[in-house]
Amino acid sequence: MSALPLASFGGAIEFIFTPQESNVTGGKKVGGVDKSVELVIGHLEVTVVALALALVIALPIGLYLGHRGRGELLAVGIGNAGRAIPELAVIALVATLIGVGMRNVAPALALLGIAPIIVNAYVGVRQVDPAAVDAARGMGMSELSIIRKVELPLAVPTVMGGVRGAAIVIIATATIAPLAGVETLGDFILNRNVYGENGLLAGAILVALLALIIEGSLALLQRFLTSDGLKLKTV
Amino acid sequence: MSSPAPLAAAGHVGEGFFRERNLENLPCQAKETELFCWHWATQNIGRYGAPTVQHLEIVVLSVLIGFTVAFALALFAHRSRWLQPPLLAATGVLYTIPSIAFFFLLLPVTGFGRDTAIIVLAAYTLQIIYRNTLLGLANVPPSVTDAARGMGFTRRQILWRVELPLAIPEIIAGLRVAVVSTIAIATLAVLISAGGLGTEMYGSNLNFPTAIIIAGAIVILMALAFDLVLLTVQRLTTPWRRVRPR
Repeated sequence: MSALPLASFGGAIEFIFTPQESNVTGGKKVGGVDKSVELVIGHLEVTVVALALALVIALPIGLYLGHRGRGELLAVGIGNAGRAIPELAVIALVATLIGVGMRNVAPALALLGIAPIIVNAYVGVRQVDPAAVDAARGMGMSELSIIRKVELPLAVPTVMGGVRGAAIVIIATATIAPLAGVETLGDFILNRNVYGENGLLAGAILVALLALIIEGSLALLQRFLTSDGLKLKTV
Repeated sequence: MSSPAPLAAAGHVGEGFFRERNLENLPCQAKETELFCWHWATQNIGRYGAPTVQHLEIVVLSVLIGFTVAFALALFAHRSRWLQPPLLAATGVLYTIPSIAFFFLLLPVTGFGRDTAIIVLAAYTLQIIYRNTLLGLANVPPSVTDAARGMGFTRRQILWRVELPLAIPEIIAGLRVAVVSTIAIATLAVLISAGGLGTEMYGSNLNFPTAIIIAGAIVILMALAFDLVLLTVQRLTTPWRRVRPR
């Protein structure tokens, strides 16, 4: 039978908290809360670095293109092409051609996060009421402060949608980062010969929880960043 | 030290000769750092046929199932608005859980293989299609539905003959995003032995850039092709959008 029994969820949860003897490592104890925490931190670390990198690169480009109302083809094209990139290929190519480790993997993950951020920043700024921008310009605001004080605040919900999309892709791809030498929760999943089937399931549970928690926090952040006036309008 | 011209020329010939010999004796796929090995690619392109077909099957089945479910959910939610928040939350959770984690979470239930991959990928597409369909229906101007009601259309007729046709652009936009992302993510199906183009990137191919680049290129081309087809379908099904003055 290829399916594991349902009871294996219990074993997986036990694996997260207490080290166990794996049947594949010949008595050596694996798993446990220390290892789980270590891998969660590794996963978070590479995710945060990659997301920050993606933001720093993509947000200014998206906002600028949206502000100028130019490059729709570029912004939307990048968005569509970015979605089509197979994550597995990116990680495998980075590992063989460029190198392993955080220094090489974080930029690769950032690359996957760039597309959703650019598109959403572009679309978000384009959706801003031109009258608001004209009013700001009439008040003598510089172009930069128009972006910063008018367009960006009004585009927060859409921009954050892009950031959340990027976070999801990056967390998901960080799961296969162990193929390129970065220790993340994917270790539990990919090294079945070390952690066994309990580890496999434990890794999947932890990755899913981590993704949901980060997504939830970003949703809260979005609510916090959205101005009250906008909330009134959308409800 | 400068060497005499004739000797240098001879050396040059020798080098070229050697390079050719090397190619025959030590094919470029043996060198891991080689970016792309045309020699290997031209001889092995045939092996990509079966994984491509598998990949297509996984994607088409997942999106079809995902579309059917999401479309039905959107119609329900359009009718009964109280369903919208819980459905958005539920599909959001399914969308957020990374596919790799989802594959293995289902392992105790559905086991290794294609079924698991299709369930996970279909679940992933739900939110995208559901949200866009609902958005499309919500964007229909009330004046249009009022006019239809005034003409004596029943609720069902309004939905199928007025609202849904007007929502086609949003629905297809959602479908495009869903299909393109699913084509990319389906490469991960190799991790639960479901086949697809991921098989040509994983395992022994993990250190062989040529194989990964070819498989990756097929994935991207497939996504592009589907995107174009859906765009064409959208154009053909919404002729009124082409004549609307800008």
